[in-house]
Amino acid sequence: MAVYKKTYRPYQGELTSSWSRFLVIPRYAFVELRSSRFLSLFFIGSFIYPLICALIIYVQHNASALGLLGVQGARNLISINVTFFANLLGWQSMLALFLAAFVGPGQISPDLANNALSLYLARPFSRVEYVLGKMSVLVVLMSLMTWVPGLLCFGLQGYLEGWQWMKDNARLASGMFFGAWIWILILALLALALSAWVKWKPAAGGLMFGVFFVAAAFGAVINGVQRTRWGHLFNISHLIGVVWVQLFEGANRTTSGGVFFRVTAGEELPLWCCWAALGVLCLICLYMLARKIRGAEVVR
Amino acid sequence: MGPVIELDGLEVRFGDRVVLKKLNAALTGRSVGLLGPNGAGKSTLINTLLGFHKPSAGTARILGHDIRTQARAVRSLIGYMPENDSFVAGMSGVHFVRLMAELAGLPAGHALERAHEAFFYVGLGEVRYRAVGTYSLGMKQAAKLAQAIAHGPKLLFLDEPTNGLDPPARARMIQLIQEIRDRGDLHLLLSSHLLRDVEDCCDQVLILKDGNVAAFCNLEEERKANRRFLELETRGENNGSFLEAVEKLGCETAPGAQGRVKLILPDGLEVRRLYEIAAAQNVQIRRLNRKRDSLEDIFLKAMETADGRL
Repeated sequence: MAVYKKTYRPYQGELTSSWSRFLVIPRYAFVELRSSRFLSLFFIGSFIYPLICALIIYVQHNASALGLLGVQGARNLISINVTFFANLLGWQSMLALFLAAFVGPGQISPDLANNALSLYLARPFSRVEYVLGKMSVLVVLMSLMTWVPGLLCFGLQGYLEGWQWMKDNARLASGMFFGAWIWILILALLALALSAWVKWKPAAGGLMFGVFFVAAAFGAVINGVQRTRWGHLFNISHLIGVVWVQLFEGANRTTSGGVFFRVTAGEELPLWCCWAALGVLCLICLYMLARKIRGAEVVR
Repeated sequence: MGPVIELDGLEVRFGDRVVLKKLNAALTGRSVGLLGPNGAGKSTLINTLLGFHKPSAGTARILGHDIRTQARAVRSLIGYMPENDSFVAGMSGVHFVRLMAELAGLPAGHALERAHEAFFYVGLGEVRYRAVGTYSLGMKQAAKLAQAIAHGPKLLFLDEPTNGLDPPARARMIQLIQEIRDRGDLHLLLSSHLLRDVEDCCDQVLILKDGNVAAFCNLEEERKANRRFLELETRGENNGSFLEAVEKLGCETAPGAQGRVKLILPDGLEVRRLYEIAAAQNVQIRRLNRKRDSLEDIFLKAMETADGRL
């Protein structure tokens, strides 16, 4: 169908592989997100903390740098240990929550409002691929904010400290990687589910914070009134904190988790309970998505 | 060639409500019209063929692919122009169509090229870089057609393509659909409640009523038959001899009251010959109508049946 001919002609060229088609969605989404100055600045700003961490690691291993700064004793002030990496992950994960609240609501609700789902799903493209495509937008951005800088800092520390340190602390790397992924999946699913059900973007973003902070406050009230610790079931950061401590340290627990995700000593819920609660939250989000992501609305 | 769309006892239920009731039909036409009153099940049928609804019984095959077991293959053959306003927000027209073509499996470069071509084809070449959300209704309809054809489907589903269009825009849309049909590269399924749209674009019609097939006819054959069927109104004393003369030429005649005559022309006999005979018999032909059992007649007859079942 050459432009000058202005006539229809069928397509007989090659086709892309079906498994990779969901990646088309994030490619277009990133182009759109890049046009938002606020998001671009926020995203760039989110790397300040990891850069500071990398600088600390570098300075810690560079006596001449410490000498230059005249703070030879600073080496003893900050230790590169579990708390250091847990704090890095905690801080970055909180920024990821903000990112999900800004970016997530704009993922599905515009497609629902403009009836675009029927166009997506009328192609050889399934509902699962659609959700995966939308999720991957958030997953890529949040990965770049959380476990990627975390592992880079870990790699820098291992490079400067030596192979033995890396071997001894391999659990830190796996903890950061898997811990971040759990958080990312929960945030992404929650953001998409809210985006699918709440069409007004600011409301969906607000609800995202509500799920974390208001529910946590509600849980704290239950704990206070009932003199129990089970109110923490509503506190997602508590649930994540317990899981992270396990992932970072296993049974030999020495810390209470990273910043924003600290677990108060004596109030920890059983580990299985935290996993189960997070699993239920994911299932609810998936159910919400399954209800809304359809090619055509069914009026019964 | 096998049927384009084959309905094999297709039944769709929403809860307790049966929306499509064991439909059976083999649609072989190049362009098939889907007619029916509101709530007849037209959109449900299209949505079911696209895999949006699961059949509760029976199945359907599109170009030989079963919609139950080969839904992905079925959708790779189809281009779909939905009835409602449908677009991806915040995108220019050409990027919207490119995205849709890429999701259908075209590589990015080809998709961009085809998106530009499709936009020029539907007459939106000059506005292809404008956001789709800012398009007028007619432009949105054309953009929907562009995204439906950009990936080169084998079968095009058009759900109310002239909805909300002003007369010039409607004429342009009908012309585009006719052009696509006449190219012969793909089949059409056009769902509409506008009989004229279907009459202009389709050679077969499936009429649904209350979830049943109320009528299924080949418009092309109807048109051919109608071309030979005439209604005359004559004046003159020698009406009887006029009828005798035309019968000798092979016409079947049925005289009515007040000089009215219904007749079927044999193949090869031109209408001009009737005027010549009438002149020779001193009979005036005051009126000559080609009797058309129009789509409207077919539709109304189908609607008269009690439950829509044939």
